[in-house]
Amino acid sequence: MLRTLKTRFQQKYRTMTYPGGPAPELPARFAGRPVLRDDACNADCGACMTVCPTNAIALARERSSVTLDTGRCLFCRACEKACPQGLIRFTRDYSSASPTREGLVIGGGVDHTIQARNEPAAKFFVRSLKLRQVSAGGCNACEADCNVLGTPAWDMGRFGIQFVASPRHADGLLITGPVTVNMRLALEKTYAAVPDPKIVIAVGACAVSGGPFIGHAEQHNGAVSVVPVDLFIPGCPPHPLSILDGILKLLERI
Amino acid sequence: MIGNNETISLEAIPAVPFERFRQAVIAAVAYGARLSAMPVRPSADNGELTIIAVLSFPENSEIGLLTGALFDRWPSLTPDCAAAHWFEREIAEQWGITPEGHPWLKPIRFEPPRGHAAGCPETAPVGVTDFFSMEGEESHEVAVGPVHAGVIEPGHFRFLCHGETVYHLEISLGYQHRGIERAMIGGPGPRTVHYMETLAGDTTIGHVMAYSHAVEALAGIQVPPRAEVIRVIAAELERMANHIGDLGAMAGDVGFLPTMNYCGRIRGDVLNMTAALCGNRFGRGLIRPAGVEWDLDSELIDDLSARLEAVQKDVIAAVTLMLDTPSVMARFESTGVVSVDTARRIGLVGVAARACGLARDVRFEFPYGLYRLAHLPVNTWHSGDCFGRAQVRWLEVQASIDFIRQRLQELPKGPLSRDLPALKSDALAVSLVEGWRGEICHVAGTDKEGRFAFYKVVDPSFHNWFGLALALRRQQISDFPLCNKSFNLSYCGHDL
Ligand code: SF4
Ligand code: SF4
Repeated sequence: MLRTLKTRFQQKYRTMTYPGGPAPELPARFAGRPVLRDDACNADCGACMTVCPTNAIALARERSSVTLDTGRCLFCRACEKACPQGLIRFTRDYSSASPTREGLVIGGGVDHTIQARNEPAAKFFVRSLKLRQVSAGGCNACEADCNVLGTPAWDMGRFGIQFVASPRHADGLLITGPVTVNMRLALEKTYAAVPDPKIVIAVGACAVSGGPFIGHAEQHNGAVSVVPVDLFIPGCPPHPLSILDGILKLLERI
Repeated sequence: MIGNNETISLEAIPAVPFERFRQAVIAAVAYGARLSAMPVRPSADNGELTIIAVLSFPENSEIGLLTGALFDRWPSLTPDCAAAHWFEREIAEQWGITPEGHPWLKPIRFEPPRGHAAGCPETAPVGVTDFFSMEGEESHEVAVGPVHAGVIEPGHFRFLCHGETVYHLEISLGYQHRGIERAMIGGPGPRTVHYMETLAGDTTIGHVMAYSHAVEALAGIQVPPRAEVIRVIAAELERMANHIGDLGAMAGDVGFLPTMNYCGRIRGDVLNMTAALCGNRFGRGLIRPAGVEWDLDSELIDDLSARLEAVQKDVIAAVTLMLDTPSVMARFESTGVVSVDTARRIGLVGVAARACGLARDVRFEFPYGLYRLAHLPVNTWHSGDCFGRAQVRWLEVQASIDFIRQRLQELPKGPLSRDLPALKSDALAVSLVEGWRGEICHVAGTDKEGRFAFYKVVDPSFHNWFGLALALRRQQISDFPLCNKSFNLSYCGHDL
């Protein structure tokens, strides 16, 4: 017992103060939300589009710039390197979630970014949100970074947010993975088992758009193909901070 | 015979009639070789199939290759070579052909067959297969999954129980099947490396390293020394992070919460070290064929060394607290035993094999990259139980810490990458890597344009899932979470 206490003392109290205090420090090389400059883009160049693994980049309507769909993006930075004009730059901004799919598209003269908000979510679940997590074909990195939110450092239990074992105890689903053909039925059944009102959060490029597997016949290009989604959190995988930030915004807690 | 990360022209692989192929594989495995992969190479129109055996011989670090023509029915190897069990099921499912006399022929991924000419059977819906059953009073079945209680990947488990005692556990996977191998054909392209990084998210470094070695072998280049060192630093960080996470999770499964909580956090500290290297906690974007993408400067080296010190201090306190607690040991010891004989027969790899006393470690047996020059101890244990698997992990965590510390101090100068020439045509490369779970095997075959004609990935989980099923025999069903965590196998790495 003494030893247990001693170890407890040695390991210290580590729960972060965020969102009351500063956000935990992100790595210097972290690729967060990109910014696009839309001057000087030579639309015939297309260097960024050629290197992008998921066709996340498209020409904007007026053809003088490009748009980047962060919902498809793997944050691999290939486009940043490829652009001869340096018009694409990844910032360290971790805040990237959106309640709408269009809200994830950056550039093209319009900034679609919408703060994540959802009135029923804020109204019903602001103090207690129990989520059933469904891994529908993810690579397990998104799942791992969701799990991290339960560890003492992040402790999302502080906000009444918790993963629960049964969909019948849940207020909503948190989905990772592109929804494989083989997981579709299980996801549908799990969704049906969650009582109303319920919300759905799609975490990671896979769940938002199919991610690296977009277009494969073995999957369905994301959660929206099967269930309505209330919050999209891009990234491959999103940083735990991006996930927490998105959920707290959805609940209007920040 | 070729070495690890060497190529051979496809035509130069000895081709023998199937019966000779069968006998040779059975004899080699009985002699001590491992069946590391058994891919099928289709002809251009998918009409004719050739089976390739990739046999690794640890005693002389050589990889034996043999091919044979494969027909719609072939005499199964499995009755005489248990290590072929899963491979034959895979081939039967993917190509709609039948190994005759296979004792346990069921789908493993529930994936649609890849269009072999003659009458492929319809794919059954996932999880629909004839499960074993048991009759008698007090016998019952417990089915769990695909959606589990925790935040983990999907799979279906069926326990055949008599009272509390499990007689058999049947594992039915395939829920994570995303079609990666099929999508590799015709590559490499812009997405190829991303498939490798997301094949099993917790083994990003392991798989992208195996892939890079295969491509580098096919291109006939060696990466600069500085890149080799950065690669192994990332690989050992990945090993540490996962082992620490698993030790914590095992503590959680026996209700020892202090270590569960500490290790959960310390694992995050290690992931953050990887993120300091390349911006991503799982190491995405760090390793690319022909080199690495990010460099270390002296400031980062100091930073990483300091973090390593802190992690070492915390993890020693957290893990020894658990290992010195008799009630934890009482639950770990003699739980989920796999005998060394069984381990050898079914071809276990990695931590699970080492915990049974088999000194199987690719870093030592088939050294690659920096492991040719700098060695780590091969840590084994004799008990084959949950404690053995915890112990091997713990020894490896400590070895990795020392190894990384030294590498950070001895970083050679020079470039980070080289130019990547075109890949050889009609060639095959085998790449073995010791991922944190165990042996990873990638087999890449090119066509006449030097593009992938087939690409086979064997994650260590592919060899080890059956080991978990056997470990559960005669256990209490309540010991399943602990046994499962002690193996911690990958679903997506298996399902691909
Ligand atoms: S960073 Fe995103 S948009 Fe850019 S190339 Fe990679 S996936 Fe495409
Ligand atoms: S989005 Fe990326 S990290 Fe998340 S499950 Fe998909 S492949 Fe893995």
